[in-house]
Amino acid sequence: MGLGAEIRHKIAKRAAMEIRDGMLVNLGIGIPSLVPDHLPAGHFIMFHAENGIVGMGKSPDEGEEDAHLCNAGGYPVTIREGASYCDSTTAFGMIRKGLVDVTILGALQVSENGDLANWIVPGKRVPGMGGAMDLAAKAKKVIVLMNHQDKHGISKLVKSCTLPLTAKRCVHMVITEMGVFSVMPGGLLLTDQFSPYTIEEIKVSTEAEFEISESLTIYGE
Amino acid sequence: MLIQNTFQKICHLTDLKHLFEDGMSIMFGGFGGIGTPPGLVNLILELAIKDLTLIGNDTGFPHIGIGKLVTEKRAKRIIASHIGSNPNAGRYMTTGELEVEFSPQGTLVERMRAGGMGLGGILTDIGLDEEIVKRDKQTISLGEKTFLVETALTADVSIVYAKKADPFGNLVYDKSARNTNPLAAMAGAVTIAEVKEILPLGALSPEEIVTPGVFVDYIVESKGVDWQWVWEQK
Repeated sequence: MGLGAEIRHKIAKRAAMEIRDGMLVNLGIGIPSLVPDHLPAGHFIMFHAENGIVGMGKSPDEGEEDAHLCNAGGYPVTIREGASYCDSTTAFGMIRKGLVDVTILGALQVSENGDLANWIVPGKRVPGMGGAMDLAAKAKKVIVLMNHQDKHGISKLVKSCTLPLTAKRCVHMVITEMGVFSVMPGGLLLTDQFSPYTIEEIKVSTEAEFEISESLTIYGE
Repeated sequence: MLIQNTFQKICHLTDLKHLFEDGMSIMFGGFGGIGTPPGLVNLILELAIKDLTLIGNDTGFPHIGIGKLVTEKRAKRIIASHIGSNPNAGRYMTTGELEVEFSPQGTLVERMRAGGMGLGGILTDIGLDEEIVKRDKQTISLGEKTFLVETALTADVSIVYAKKADPFGNLVYDKSARNTNPLAAMAGAVTIAEVKEILPLGALSPEEIVTPGVFVDYIVESKGVDWQWVWEQK
C-alpha cells in the first residue's frame, strides 16, 4: 500500500521538526528526501551525503544539473554556502565517529526495542547494505519514516524483526501515517496521533506493543 | 598547450592493453557510475577479458559505469556494498554466475584505503552483530570494546577518474565524483587515471592536489561518458 503525496509530506513535515540549525543530517531515499521541503528558508542545517558532500542544497533547476554533483541516490543536487567535498572514507569517518546528529531513513521492519531491518528481503531482493549499517549503528538519532503496514496489510512495527537486521537497538523514533512512536527503554511510546486514525485503529494495525504518552499530541483534525 | 610527458605516464588507451588479462582483480572508483572512468571501462569491454574480480562501491546501473562489465558477465566475483541499482548483478548472483561479497560501505572504503596505505586491515565494530558481515571473521578485544578484523583490499589494476592531472599524475577530482576514486587510486598495484584535462607540471596548486602523483602509473585523457544518466532518461 503506497502512500499518497499528501501523507508522505505530512510524515516528512513531522520529521523536519526533529532537526535544527547546526545539525549534520543524513537523509535516505523515499519519504526522507522530502524533509528539506519542510524546513524554514535560510536554515543552517548541513546535509551529509555518503558519497562525500557536507552541505547539500536543493535540487538544481532543469538544465542546471551537474552529473558530477549528485546525492548518494545518483540524482543531481546543489551545495549551500559552507559546503565541502570529501572522499568516501572521510564521509564514513564522520558517521562512525558519531558526528551525524540525525539520520532519517526508511525501513521494512522496526521492533519494540528499536532493532532495524531495512536492507534485505531474503529470497526476493538482496541489494546490499550500502551505508545503512554504518548510519543506523552510529548516528546520534535514527528516525525511521515508513508506511505503518506493508502492501499485504501486515504491521511493520513488530514485536521482534523477522528479517535480517541492519543494526540492533538503533532506532529512536518511528513516524508513520498513523503517528509517532519513540523507542523508550521500556518499549514503544506513542507520542503523536495523526487523524483520521483513532487509538483503536492504531492498536489494531500494530503488532508491536506500545504505551500512550500522557502528553499525546493529536495532529490534523 | 604543449604538455611534456616527463614521467612517461601520459598515454593512449591502446597503450594499456598489456595491463589487462583474464582472472585479474580490478578496483574501480565511482559511486553509482559517477566518477567511474568511462573510457577505461570500454577498453576492458573491448579486450574481452573475463573472470574478473571487481572491487568498488557498487555495480553501477546496467549500462552505466562498471555496470557495463557486470551486465556483459565479465566478472566472476564482486566486492561491493550495494548492487541494487544493477538488476543484472542480482540476477547473476541468484544463478550462481557471480559471487558477491558485501561489505558495509564505510568498511569497504576503509579496506580500500588500508590497501593503498600499506596496512594489513582495519578494526571496526560495524557488522559485529550481523551475520552477513561477521561470517567467520576474526574478532579482537581492545580494552572494553570488541572489533571485527576486516582485511585490506588491493588490486592488480585500479582505474580512476579525475578532473585534472599533471604529467606526474597528481590528481584533482570533481565535486562528488571524487567519492571512492582517491582510495582506488592508492590501492592498485598499477593505477590508471582517466582525466578530463591534462595540465603542465606546476599548473596545479600543491594545496589542491588530492592524490599525489606517486600513486599513479598511467594517465589517459577522457572523451567523457557515452551513457545517459538515470535522471536524464525521460
